[in-house]
Amino acid sequence: MKSNRVLLMVTVFCVTVGVLLLAARWYRQREGARLAAVATAPNGQERLVRDYAPWKGAANGKVTIVEFFDPECESCRAAHPWTEALLQEFSGQVRLVLRYAAFHPNSKFAIQVLEAARLQGRYWETLEVLFQHQPEWGSHHHPQPERIWTYLPQVQGLDVERVRRELQSETTSRAIMQDAMDGEALGVRMTPAFFVNGKPLENFGQDPLRAMVIEALR
Amino acid sequence: MTRTTWIFLGWFTALIATCGSLFFSDVMMLPPCTLCWWQRIAMYPLVFVLGTALLTDSSEAHRYGLPLSLAGMLVAIYHNLLYYHIIPESLAPCRSGVSCTTVQLEWLGFVTIPLLSLAAFALLNLCLFNVARKRPT
Repeated sequence: MKSNRVLLMVTVFCVTVGVLLLAARWYRQREGARLAAVATAPNGQERLVRDYAPWKGAANGKVTIVEFFDPECESCRAAHPWTEALLQEFSGQVRLVLRYAAFHPNSKFAIQVLEAARLQGRYWETLEVLFQHQPEWGSHHHPQPERIWTYLPQVQGLDVERVRRELQSETTSRAIMQDAMDGEALGVRMTPAFFVNGKPLENFGQDPLRAMVIEALR
Repeated sequence: MTRTTWIFLGWFTALIATCGSLFFSDVMMLPPCTLCWWQRIAMYPLVFVLGTALLTDSSEAHRYGLPLSLAGMLVAIYHNLLYYHIIPESLAPCRSGVSCTTVQLEWLGFVTIPLLSLAAFALLNLCLFNVARKRPT
């Protein structure tokens, strides 16, 4: 009697958890297909790559990596070297397009700084410095976004006073909003979110990303 | 139904609710709001409490289960009142993060996550009251 009960409980437990896992697989596949359809739809290309979005690498490369990112997100900081490595390894074949997903409290400010630096052609250098010092200015327990000003002089050739003047920009606010809408449509809920030639990265990690790029280069 | 069956039904309810909430948050990636977290705190332990009660033939299952299921149901009732705008949101304790009144999912036009939670806690209370009523002989 007692052992029957244990057997029943184990069975019920395993079946329930099994159903959960199967449902999770089914849902992920369906979501993946749906999102892939969004990205490959006629207007999907537009959603992924807006003409105002910052990019670097091969303008007509065979592979376009789109990264939705947030300058205040730790994982984006950690993943930053991934794309750098890919741009180097497959130089002339890969283009990186950055889009914003301002999920953190001070993301918008950091993006404004980046966009102001971009007007001076110092976007990528500034991004490097922001990421480098992110633990200090973007700490979750004690964020100090104003400290960003103290790091900016490290960016060679950047006129910090001009950044201050050009910080508030209607264009940047519109870009952040458009990126947020595109990200939502493309199912971006976490950062960084990568798309390789329109296909979302399924398993998060440096190796899967590299594998997708190699696959796309074939 | 026997006492054991009621405990079993309660355990099964808690298990389904736990798996379901994990599906919403970790598969569908819907961020849980503050009130959802309070309900989770009451729901998840019930899987273990009632599971252990079943395995050990405990005569005390309701003593450990009811505090959790009653507290959970109170939060669920409050959540549903907010969610369906029966009490105004300005009273809501959740201001940062996800709003507790954002409708994230609606099945068949009326099945929402707070409603599912309320149903689960109601069923759990029913089970555990029956467990309390039917003293082991």
